[in-house]
Amino acid sequence: MADVTFTVDGRKLTAPAGTLLIEACRAHGIEIPAFCYYPGLSLQAACRMCVVRIEKMPKLQTACTTTVAEGMIVTTESPEIAQARKATIELLLGNHPLDCPVCDAGGECELQDMTFKYGAHESKFVEIKQHREEQQWSPVVFFDRPRCILCYRCVRVCGEGMDVWALGIQNRGAGSVIAPNKQDHLECEECGMCIDICPVGALTSGTYRYKTRPWEMSHIGTVCTHCGDGCKTTLGVRRSNDGMDIVRGDNRDKSGINGDFLCIKGRYAFDFTERDDRLTKPLVRQSDGQLKPVTWEEAIDFAGKKLREIRDARGGKAIGVIGSNRTTNEEAYLLQKFARTVLGTNNIDHHRTTDYPAFVQALAGKPEASLRDFATAKAVLLIGGDATEQHPGLAWQIRTAVRLHGARLYVANHELIKLRRQATHFLEIGENDYASLAAYLGGDDAALSGDKATAFREGLRKEESLLVVFGAEYRGKAIEALVKLGSTLPNVKFACLGDHANARGASDMGLYPDLLPGYVPVTAGGTFAAEYGVEIGLGDLKADASRTHGLPAQPGLDMIQMFDAAERGELGALLVVGSNPVARYGIDAAVLKNTFVIAQDLFLTETAQLADVVFPAASLYEKSGTATNTFGDVQLVKKAADKAGVRTDFEIIVRLGAAMGADVRQLVPFGKAGVRADMGQARGAQSGEADRHGVWLAAHHLEPKLSPFDPFAIFDEIQRLVPAYDVSRLDLLAGNDQHVKPALVQITAAGARRDLVLPTNDTLFTSGTLGRYSRMLGSVMEARKPAETTAAE
Amino acid sequence: MPVISTHPDSVPVVSWRFGKGAVSIDKYIELEGYQAARKCLELGPDGIIGEMKASNLRGRGGAGFPTGMKWSFVPKQSAKPKYVLVNGDESEPGTCKDRLIFEHDPHSVIEGTLIAGLSVQARMGFIYLRGEYRYLLRIMERAVDEAYAKGFLGKNIFGSGIDFDIVTQTGAGAYEVGEESALMESLEGKRGIPRIRPPFPAVVGLYGGPTIINNAETIATVPHIFRIGAAEYAKIGTERNGGTRLFCLSGHLERPGVYELPMGYNLKKMIYEVGGGIPGGKKLKAVVPGGSSTPVLLPEEIDIGMDFDQVGKAGSMLGSGGVVVLDEDVCMVEFALRTMKFYRHESCGWCIPCREGTDWLEKSLTRLHAGGAVDKDIDNIRYLAENMLGRTFCPLGDAAAMPTIAFVKKFRKEFEDHLEGRGCPKHRVPEAALV
Repeated sequence: MADVTFTVDGRKLTAPAGTLLIEACRAHGIEIPAFCYYPGLSLQAACRMCVVRIEKMPKLQTACTTTVAEGMIVTTESPEIAQARKATIELLLGNHPLDCPVCDAGGECELQDMTFKYGAHESKFVEIKQHREEQQWSPVVFFDRPRCILCYRCVRVCGEGMDVWALGIQNRGAGSVIAPNKQDHLECEECGMCIDICPVGALTSGTYRYKTRPWEMSHIGTVCTHCGDGCKTTLGVRRSNDGMDIVRGDNRDKSGINGDFLCIKGRYAFDFTERDDRLTKPLVRQSDGQLKPVTWEEAIDFAGKKLREIRDARGGKAIGVIGSNRTTNEEAYLLQKFARTVLGTNNIDHHRTTDYPAFVQALAGKPEASLRDFATAKAVLLIGGDATEQHPGLAWQIRTAVRLHGARLYVANHELIKLRRQATHFLEIGENDYASLAAYLGGDDAALSGDKATAFREGLRKEESLLVVFGAEYRGKAIEALVKLGSTLPNVKFACLGDHANARGASDMGLYPDLLPGYVPVTAGGTFAAEYGVEIGLGDLKADASRTHGLPAQPGLDMIQMFDAAERGELGALLVVGSNPVARYGIDAAVLKNTFVIAQDLFLTETAQLADVVFPAASLYEKSGTATNTFGDVQLVKKAADKAGVRTDFEIIVRLGAAMGADVRQLVPFGKAGVRADMGQARGAQSGEADRHGVWLAAHHLEPKLSPFDPFAIFDEIQRLVPAYDVSRLDLLAGNDQHVKPALVQITAAGARRDLVLPTNDTLFTSGTLGRYSRMLGSVMEARKPAETTAAE
Repeated sequence: MPVISTHPDSVPVVSWRFGKGAVSIDKYIELEGYQAARKCLELGPDGIIGEMKASNLRGRGGAGFPTGMKWSFVPKQSAKPKYVLVNGDESEPGTCKDRLIFEHDPHSVIEGTLIAGLSVQARMGFIYLRGEYRYLLRIMERAVDEAYAKGFLGKNIFGSGIDFDIVTQTGAGAYEVGEESALMESLEGKRGIPRIRPPFPAVVGLYGGPTIINNAETIATVPHIFRIGAAEYAKIGTERNGGTRLFCLSGHLERPGVYELPMGYNLKKMIYEVGGGIPGGKKLKAVVPGGSSTPVLLPEEIDIGMDFDQVGKAGSMLGSGGVVVLDEDVCMVEFALRTMKFYRHESCGWCIPCREGTDWLEKSLTRLHAGGAVDKDIDNIRYLAENMLGRTFCPLGDAAAMPTIAFVKKFRKEFEDHLEGRGCPKHRVPEAALV
């Protein structure tokens, strides 16, 4: 819309016509206080804090409902306005308990701030405050009614934002109260949005309440470790006896790709880091068959020696490596480099949650949709998957696009997924009809029939821009057929849904037996060999153990083949990093009885229980690096927490390499010419003096302090070798998400690759093996079990 | 059945058919019923609105907005259906006029709704009665059925080719729903809380369509304007205040009741002649001129004409026409408290100043009345009320604040008499006047 010019507090401002006055002022740095106003939610005008004086209007006007108009003259601060705001606060404080010293919100409470600003410091009433007992509505949500100022933000974010509608208002007048729509408890997605949006301490969370004062925490924005959306979660951390504990997760500064949103996992399921059964000491299996804690040196030396023995005796083909969907890009990259050049094997795989290679191949340079794109999309086609459960961040973005921008949503699914409620077109298809649907949408009229299908496709064809997002139902050739749709419509972008924080990164970084980072076939690894300074093909491993060996050029064993080989006694060693294949693939313990297993994990998982050496690994919240979400958004992972005893997977791999006699400088090219150092931006809570020194050193052209454990040393190498990751380092370090570059890849017969995709089928409250170790997720699952039928009285 | 009270000065326009059996459609037709609707079918929208403007009829709900002008705000073209909504949620304490209309002349409401609909080319009308008027719903529903049977409602009304439907609905007992936008919310089945305006109902109203909302008395007056002629009607009242008004006289009067008197009728005369003065030869203490939300007038302030402009000049409001007369025995603190109890109970709770303000005012007044207050509490009561005024989401907050300010301002001495443990020197309040 055209711009209008108006005057606020004597300043001439300009904003598009139709902008709300409160927003127009905020955009120009003029803060108008408000309790009930919240961007993106329906207008309430209930708190009356945003009152301003507009010339020619008889009464004070609410800035949250007034749209700017040409020539409007506004005063936002005056004795009259201050008095109105002060009076409102006085009324609120009449009943509001002044338990700020113990209130969770104390120190970051909007009512406190406003009281401070407008000086409502004198109590005008002598009546006893209305007290009500605190209520627990769910494992996550507690409600302290007297603190509630009835701004209705929680009711709106739950209904309008989440489409859950679990909260409402009971009674009227001074008896009005926010209440769950299911009497005394919430039946909801437990996202905690209501708690975060609460301007006071009325809604508090089960994980955070009474734990800390807000100013005792440092706040580190990093990437959530759970699903593939890669939402930014800001972790509040506090020093403890054994490192830094995470006390809180939120996204209040809205700086991430997820905007306001976080689901239960991003907000609360960090509690696995502090479990009692968290591994903090390396374990080595003793002659009595028991795992016993040993020192790091002992464990590393032992594991390194064994790996070298097996490699030298039986060759790299006798060693298998399984990577993780939750480690950083640098760790995944380093793991494959270690496997190929040190262990001398292409036997490397990971739990594939979707078919990224086929997707990247099919795209052939066509653009991918960022998670950001969805919030402002004009039209979205969602096929398969259940975004609300598996990709709650995406579901939020889609709902936002529909609600605030009138986007048209096309949903095709074999289940009645919740997002159909936002859909302009919902097409219910059979469980086996996904390939037919792709063919139909791609132009094959015979593939599907029915009026609904016709209307669905007709609708899509009228769209001028479209985001296509699909679940793991599509693999191999089927993805190709779907992407074909792109050539029939203008402005199409695609996204493919896989699970866990860095599943995409694991795939991009080449955790495949046949593909190097960037989906380069192992048979065509020339640039890699050149970068690594090695030959293609394996040299004589025994001849010079200190040398990094050549790149094996033949595809190795995939996940299933590795276990088959183990069963046949052909797999001498298996290194499992942050993965639990024994449980996920239902591997019998006997299969691994002749294999030397090394596990790097947070917990003694089913896989770790069978291991000969177990390394206690750091979680994603305890390390730095980058991660790529399923949409191809590359983000900075910042170290937030710290736990005595654990090491990052990066460090463990480097040290294993060293113990095997490999040249560490070759494995991690730190200090190499042209290497850009991490200036500490990546280290979050740990940043400080050392980082200032790093900046100073760089500024004086002195070599910054580098170490082989610095993930950014290897990120340089990734950027050289994987064109898609040639993103702006500055933006990345500044915390801005970067999208991978469209890149042409040539995977030989991608469609013919063996389909090893195993969707996680996670829900809102599960997160693979890791999720089992979250007390919060466990208690929510427990609370949601159908109530056992009580015996008849 | 309550009846209209009469006095030689009465001018029966709206109440012309009261007591004549006009509940039945045949009697209503006999008494010139549905002639106005036929006339309006010929006049067409512009003709109707022209007449309405000429009648100087001002809304009887309380704000006194000129009715013809209100109707003219409805856009001619609209993608969404237009509606007429009759506000029969009569709940202002001291007001009991609409119930007489529903009880004695339900067809005048139907005919008025129909005419309003014709003026803006709406095809549907809603008649909303307050929850406590459920017994009147039967009368209204029967009247609506009769009108359908005669072909005055439904398809092709009066053979004109125009369709018009009427639906009746009752509330659930909320004063707040008398506010027009809260009324629309309630009618749509939602919580009775007001809407943000603009947009105004004339543009975006019921179910998002342009909507005329008028008080039941206003609507019932409409057919009479066409019966006697707009110019004749305008002549009855004062300048810019056309016609008559149903005044509800209650409190300490010899002859309380609902009287139809010309707009601008002298208040003093209304109390002492029409109402028969104060019983027992007692002295007049105060008059609430237009329902409990209007600022109280002192005996020396009542020599005024009862129209919107003159009462406004005297510092109060004509409001809903509910005149409450208080004699010398009334404790004004208790009266203020009783009034505030009502508003606290009826505040919808949406906005902070009204929700919390009415609550704290009630608490403060209770304590003051019981003798538990000190001098600064009186200032505090006034401070609270003054800070509510003009700051609330809808007029309910003003309705609670305005009389309170007037009570403290005009009866400060009486408030002070309650201080420092003395408590109320009197214990009487005409509860009946406030129910």
